[in-house]
Amino acid sequence: MPCSRRRRAPEAPVITFDRVSKRYANGREALSNVSFSIHNGEMVFLTGRSGAGKSTVLKLIALLERPTRGAVVVNGRNTQQLRPRHTAAFRRGIGVVFQDHKLLADRPVYDNVALPLAVAHTPLKEIDKRVRASLDQVGLLGKERMLPVELSVGEQQRVGIARAVVSKPPLLIADEPTGNLDPDLSLEVMRLFRRFQDVGVTVVVATHDMHLVREFGERVLTLENGGLAGGDPADPLPSLVATR
Amino acid sequence: MSLGASSGRHLQAALGALGRLARAPLASLLTLVVIALALALPAALELLVNNAQAATGNFASAVDLSVYLKTDVPLAKAQQLAQAAQQRPDVATVTLISADKGLEDFRTYSGFGDALAALKENPLPHVLHVRPRAAASSAAALEALRRYFAAWPEVDLVQVDAEWVMRFNAILEVFRRLLVIAAALFGVGVLAVIGNTIRLEIQSRRAEIEVTKLVGGSNAFVRRPFLYTGVLYGLGGALIAWGILALTGLLLSEPVANLAKLYGSRYELAGLTPQDVGVLIAAGVVLGWLGAWISAHRHLRSIEPRA
Repeated sequence: MPCSRRRRAPEAPVITFDRVSKRYANGREALSNVSFSIHNGEMVFLTGRSGAGKSTVLKLIALLERPTRGAVVVNGRNTQQLRPRHTAAFRRGIGVVFQDHKLLADRPVYDNVALPLAVAHTPLKEIDKRVRASLDQVGLLGKERMLPVELSVGEQQRVGIARAVVSKPPLLIADEPTGNLDPDLSLEVMRLFRRFQDVGVTVVVATHDMHLVREFGERVLTLENGGLAGGDPADPLPSLVATR
Repeated sequence: MSLGASSGRHLQAALGALGRLARAPLASLLTLVVIALALALPAALELLVNNAQAATGNFASAVDLSVYLKTDVPLAKAQQLAQAAQQRPDVATVTLISADKGLEDFRTYSGFGDALAALKENPLPHVLHVRPRAAASSAAALEALRRYFAAWPEVDLVQVDAEWVMRFNAILEVFRRLLVIAAALFGVGVLAVIGNTIRLEIQSRRAEIEVTKLVGGSNAFVRRPFLYTGVLYGLGGALIAWGILALTGLLLSEPVANLAKLYGSRYELAGLTPQDVGVLIAAGVVLGWLGAWISAHRHLRSIEPRA
């Protein structure tokens, strides 16, 4: 993977939220009237206190939830209009990294990473090649046969990242990927995301770790009580650039 | 997706399903035994009916029709009639017992010799002993043959000792109907057993299903291993059922041969034909697949990933 940093000019949006509201069944309104766009090749931090709606935004992107009002368009598809039988194909276009990594505890690292390729009916040879390449990228080559519990927390998180990128999705979203990691490991994980951005992947990271956000100086969307907080460039926190 | 990759993937799913069965051998074995018994019972009933029919087929072919001619029919005419009867395709042999021969036999075997000597003339008619072919030994065919001979003007009476054959065939008919009902009920039972087993497995692999759907696994992809599990249960159950039936046949063959010998028959117990085995295995596989499909269809839909 080339490591030279190429900042891409914004192209067509990969993610568009158009006046999106989300009310859960329990009546809590997690998002109200949120609009923004994220362009191809961007790396965007989604910040805010817990409960501010970060996770809801990611769930709406990954089609784990659907908006109550408004439109969410991802990879050119309006999630509201997507038929249930197209859900699987839609999700294959998105790599997802979780705070609790959601690895299958009874499967070795290799199987966990291979899963997104297996569901896409990738030939076995190709799976083998790409799983190794992906594990190499996150520095875990040689640990294919280990079970997740045999790995450190940081390594487990990197297996989760390897799984998210193994099928080379154009969009990578991460929900508090550094939540359980110490600062050094967190930085390492973020650098990893930056490297994916370098090769053209659009990366959205939800985090409350403002240190990290500042360190990277990327675009920031800040959520407050279910809405996007208006940003001031002079704000000590990195400002958000929300398309309204 | 190439065909090779696709079949490789199916093979992998099948092996994975086999591996999971092997991981919980006792539970899998119990399920297999239940399925095997449910498949073996209707199959055993089928064997019973088939054997009973084959056995009575042998006996029925030994049933003759006694065609009593009118007493005024001369011997020459009786011989003509015997030849005519012989022409029918459903008749194997015709034996003419003339009135004189009949009287002689009667004198010899009845013990009324002296009394018969007092008779001025022979009161017995000529009799044709007609033995139907084995293919025409069903109750209906016998009845048709009886009607045919009874319609001849020279015939006084046709006696068929086939009442027991008819009764027996009627009993067999009851059993055959029972067999269909039993097969249907046990089939539903197999569906329920496999469906429930698959339901439990789906529940125990909930996390895996969620993650698979999360990374873009379609319902078909998630369903596939469960279908293989169902097919394996059905196949395994059918094979065990086959074993049970073969063993039963082995244990019964000697007493049945003894019984047949006492009846002066060389009847041998018929086991499962290759065709029967094929039907048994196909039934197991189809029921396994269907049970798994119904269960997976019902339960997989409700499992959606939560973040």
